[in-house]
Parts: sequence; C-alpha cells; structure tokens
Amino acid sequence: MSMLEIQNLHVSVQGREILKGINLSIAAGEIHAVMGPNGSGKSTLSYTLAGRAGYEVTAGRMMYRGEDLSALAPEERAAKGLFLALQYPVEIPGVTTMNFLKAALNAQRRARGEKEFDAINVLRLVRETAGQLKVPEEMLRRALNVGFSGGEKKRLEILQMALFKPLLAVLDETDSGLDIDALKLVADGVNALRAPDRSMLVITHYQRLLNHIVPDRVHVLADGRFVAEGGKELAHELEAKGYAGLVRDAA
Amino acid sequence: MAAIQETRDRVASLGEKYKYGFVTDIEMERAPRGLNEDVVRLISAKKGEPEWMLEWRLGAYRRWREMREPAWARVHYPKIDYESAYYYAAPKLAAQPKSLEEVDPKLLETYEKLGIPLHEQKLLAGVAVDAVFDSVSVATTFKAKLAEAGVIFCPISEAIRDHGDLVRKYLGSVVPVTDNFFATLNSAVFSDGSFVYVPKGVRCPMELSTYFRINASETGQFERTLIIADEGSYVSYLEGCTAPKRDENQLHAAVVELVALEGAAIKYSTVQNWYPGDEEGRGGIYNFVTKRGDCRGHRSKISWTQVETGSAITWKYPSCILRGDDTVGEFYSIAIANHFQQADTGTKMIHLGRNTRSRIISKGISAGKAQNTYRGLVSVHPRAANARNHTQCDSLLIGKECGAHTVPYIESRNPSARIEHEATTSKIADDQLFYCTSRGIGQEEAVALIVNGFCREVLQQLPMEFAVEAQKLVGISLEGSVG
Repeated sequence: MSMLEIQNLHVSVQGREILKGINLSIAAGEIHAVMGPNGSGKSTLSYTLAGRAGYEVTAGRMMYRGEDLSALAPEERAAKGLFLALQYPVEIPGVTTMNFLKAALNAQRRARGEKEFDAINVLRLVRETAGQLKVPEEMLRRALNVGFSGGEKKRLEILQMALFKPLLAVLDETDSGLDIDALKLVADGVNALRAPDRSMLVITHYQRLLNHIVPDRVHVLADGRFVAEGGKELAHELEAKGYAGLVRDAA
Repeated sequence: MAAIQETRDRVASLGEKYKYGFVTDIEMERAPRGLNEDVVRLISAKKGEPEWMLEWRLGAYRRWREMREPAWARVHYPKIDYESAYYYAAPKLAAQPKSLEEVDPKLLETYEKLGIPLHEQKLLAGVAVDAVFDSVSVATTFKAKLAEAGVIFCPISEAIRDHGDLVRKYLGSVVPVTDNFFATLNSAVFSDGSFVYVPKGVRCPMELSTYFRINASETGQFERTLIIADEGSYVSYLEGCTAPKRDENQLHAAVVELVALEGAAIKYSTVQNWYPGDEEGRGGIYNFVTKRGDCRGHRSKISWTQVETGSAITWKYPSCILRGDDTVGEFYSIAIANHFQQADTGTKMIHLGRNTRSRIISKGISAGKAQNTYRGLVSVHPRAANARNHTQCDSLLIGKECGAHTVPYIESRNPSARIEHEATTSKIADDQLFYCTSRGIGQEEAVALIVNGFCREVLQQLPMEFAVEAQKLVGISLEGSVG
C-alpha cells in the first residue's frame, strides 16, 4: 500500500520557489533517504509535509494514505500518524517535558476519538519508553528542550517518535550536531521502530547516518529537484564524488 | 482560506466565552442614584452601624468631594459619571438570614452556577467561603469550625457590629481614609466584604475564601476586606470575582487591608475574572482597587499572589509596607489582557525596617489590542539597613497590535541596600507554535500551554485547590488570540 505519493510538488516560501516539481513514492514499511547540499530544499520538503505556515504549495499534491495532506492542519496530520523530527527542536520554557508529552499524546488520542490517558498511565508509558532509549528521567522533569544539549534534544525527538508510533516519520537532519556515540543511540532508536506498516523519510546532508539507518531508496535533491535516485549504494557514490560531481553528471 | 475564516468565526463567538455572564433575576433594594450624605447615611443605617462608623464614612465622603480622579495610569476610559450610578444594591430579604437554609435559593443557585456551592458538606475540603452578592454578604461557611480555633471570619458589616473594637483599631490603619480617590470613595460607601482575625499563635486550620459577585446593573461594587494576623499566626486567603455581561461599564473600587503582627504571615491570593467586555471593547468592569499589607511586627511576612484575567480596566497595586525588622514582602502576579482590555498593575515595596526583603515576580501577557503595564515602586528608607529586593518583570506579546510597558520606580536612601531588577519581553514564536501543532496539539491549547509555562513561577504560588482552576482560566482568557 502506498504511504506517501508526492506528485509534481512546487512549494514557495515568501514568494520564492524552493521546490520545483518533486515526485516521490513511498510504500508502507520502506525507508527513503533524501540527500542534498545546503539550500537544496530538504527542510522545505519536511516543513511542507508537516504543514508549517508560510510553505505554500503552488502546484502538485501530496497524498498521504490516500488523503490530500494540504487539506489538513499540522495537528490533524500528527493525529493521523505523520511525525516530523525537527532539525532544531524548539525550547518551551516553564513547560516540563513530561507535561508536554502528555498534552501531545492526549491531543492526538482525542482527535482520533480514543480515550485519553490519565496522568499515571502517561507516566508509566513515558518512563518505560524513555528507559529503552536511555533518556534519563531527570530530562523529563526539565522544561522542554531548555538547556538540553544537541544530543539530548535529538534523543527527545526520537522518544516522541517512539511514543506517538507514527505511520510516516520524517527525520530532518537528525544527525546534525551529533557525535558518533549520540548518532548511534539515535540510529538504534530509529531502527527499533522499523516496522512493516511504518515508513520513514530520512533527510540528511551526510552519508554517515545511512550507515546506521540503511535506506531502501536514496533521492538526491539539488536546487529544488531530484537529480538522482537509486538504492543505498547511491549514498556511497555521493560520498565519494561529492554533490558537485553528481549534480554535474545529472545536468 | 479556510483557516482564516475559522479564526474569524472563533473570534466572533468569543463573546460567548465568558461563562459567568448570566444575570440572576432577583428583587433588589437600592439606594437612589448618585452620591450624597443621605446615601452614605442610608448605607450606614441599612447596616445598623454604630455612630463612629457613620462619622468615619461621612468624613471620607467630604474628603472625596474635594479629590480628583487620578490620571497617571496608562489606561484610557470615558469620564465616569459618579452621579448616575447606584451605590447600594442588595437582594431583598424578609430578614437577615440566620443560616444557609434561610438564604434565597436563587442566590444559592447563582453560586452553584459559578461553581461555588455554599452548602458546607459539598465544599472543597478545607476551604471556608464567604460569598458577597452585590453589596451584601450572603453566606459564610464553616463559621463554627473556625470559631473553635478562635478565628473570626465573617462579613465586615457583622464585624463592625460584633467586633467593633478590633475593626475600629485596624480599619483605615493601612489604607488611610485619605489615601487616594478610589479608596476614599470606598471608605464612604463600602457596603460589605470580609473580615478575618487570627489570634496569637494560631495557624488558621483551613483556606479562607471570598467570592465577589456583581449582579445588579448600573451599580458600583465597593467591598472592604480587613485581615489581621496576630502575633505568630498564619492565614491563607483567596478571593475570586465574576460579573454578568453587560454593555455598560461598571465600577468596582475595593479596598483590602492586611495587618501582620510580630512573626505572623499572611498569604493573599486573587483570581480576578470580572467580565472583561466583549471583543469590540464594549462593557466590562472598571477595577480600581487599593490593596495594601502592613508587616507591622518584626519577622512578619505578607505574600500577594494575583491572577488578573478579567476587567476592562485594571488599576491595582497590591503593596507591602515592610515596617518591622526582618520582614518579608512578596508579590507574584499574572496579568492577562486580551481584546481591548487595559491593565496597569504592579506593586509597591516600602522598606522601612532593617534586614527587610522583598521579591517581585510579574508576568504580563498581552494579546489582541490590549495594553498591559507593570508599574512598581521599590523604596528603601534611610533606616532600612541591608534591605534587599529582587524584581523580575516578564512580558509576553501575542500578535502585533498589543502593547507591554514596564515602569519600575526605584528609590534607595540607604547605601547598604541591594536592589536587582530584571525585565524581559518576548513573543510566542511561530516556531514554538509549529512545534506544538506538529505534535498534535491544537493552536489554542498550544497557546495555553506556552503561556502557562511562562507563568509557572507564579502559578506555583497559588494554593493547590485553585492552581488548576487558574491554569484553565489562563487558557480561556486567551482563546481567539492567535489567528
């Protein structure tokens, strides 16, 4: 079954066209990687999928499990199983991480017509999941992302992914700013979530993340268009040649 | 675009969001319109007051005639016509009710609707309530249990009759009759309010609470609260306020006086939710209130916590006079102004004694076209050696048309004083909102979550029973503020 079908997607930000006609098809259970140099439109693709204001779809469409994403608000997309792990997770002072997770979990459940978790159940679920991902309890009591290191922030994103159990997870440069140990921890967390009914779109600048999260397909984005596509070996080729070489070949 | 239309609809429906806007249909007894000595005499006679009280009121009235309404606050409103308002309104009763069974069922119903059941068995465990409806106190609960501990908690009109010596000794001793235009007006015409006396060494066994309700139209509410904590005692007191939705503006000019004797501590919390007016700025309460506490004895402490979400205009500066040595004053404030609300609020910390300490944490939130001003004074007098103050003023702006202003006054006449002032202004950032919504949290809930986080230090100061209510109120008052 098709998880995501992107057809001829054009996206403008403040009147400037960033994505210039993208096609992408992800089946259930697949992991796709999008690689590309800075400014190629990688983050624009992730924000557009999540529905951030200011990212205007001027042509084409994004079908998520047969439904047009453009008609849904960001919170509706989340409730329907779309998750975006941000490159730069945001700080919210005064709101404890635990409280935030509870609010998010229950908002999604409410939207799906499911019964909300009470405080004790949330606590149990979050603690258990945090333990598996080696997220210390003390982090859950601190204000959301405030004073967290880069690695802690990314681990918290993966914790949310594990809690929300999305059907389609978009990981936007989850590897950026991580040392090798933190990278492994995050990759292990992601790999543990691989499932036949769960797809992932891994956006990254470097090939090294893909040594740990092995993709089914690799797409290379340059100047708002996919310029190369292939299997996991494409990432290695890219590492050897560099973007410049590949983009030239494509042109 | 669909989202914009939805926002418009939501904003349009906002008028319906103030859930306390109903009116109780009950027969009222009023004094004639306007203010003159006869009205003052009538109020005093209705209350069966002793002669000294009438003289006190008349003195205040004569003084008020010569005073001018203050104009220094950053609030704008059409001139108030003091001659067209009613200064006394009371539910018509055959006789003063002796117990809850005799209280008009309609009044009890009103408080039920407000979520404040007055039947003692239904009350929140451990909270005694005094309910003031327009100008009179209608019921005070748990009187007997409090009396066991020696605590007096009753309507001030009753205290004037039954505990005249105490009232006479302390009334006007913190906020003098001549203090300011609104306090002086209150001194002339106040009709009811709460009185608390906690005897020496007694820790009041329960939270005390007063709910103020304005019901009658074109009527001002002038309540007077006096709390005395005798040596070594402790009391925690909470007031809540609501009013019906009306197109007119109604005046609320209360006076609260706190006296803490040696080693005593008073914690005074307010959740103010007077009708704020509609989304066009029509109607709403003018809340011109004088609140002041006197740390009269050494080592005493007074702590103000306020959550101000209602009123069209708020003019309010709960203050501490740190008279005794080693006394402590605290002011924790959340002021939320949405739509066309205007808030000018803050505190005065007057350091007179040695080793006095004060702490101010103010969180101002502005949304819509509202203006929110923090105005505060920290004053260290020559004798106040080693005085310390820490002030933190944080403002949060939601949208592009509101304003936040901080006006701190600092005066130090003692070189050993240490005074710190921190101020920040921030906005709810788009990326914070997006982060929340991308995790499934809707816009309105996201705003409430972020604002509650911003206010956390202050919310933590509220008694447990009310903290949850206050958190919800913060969310409700900001509904429709993001579009």
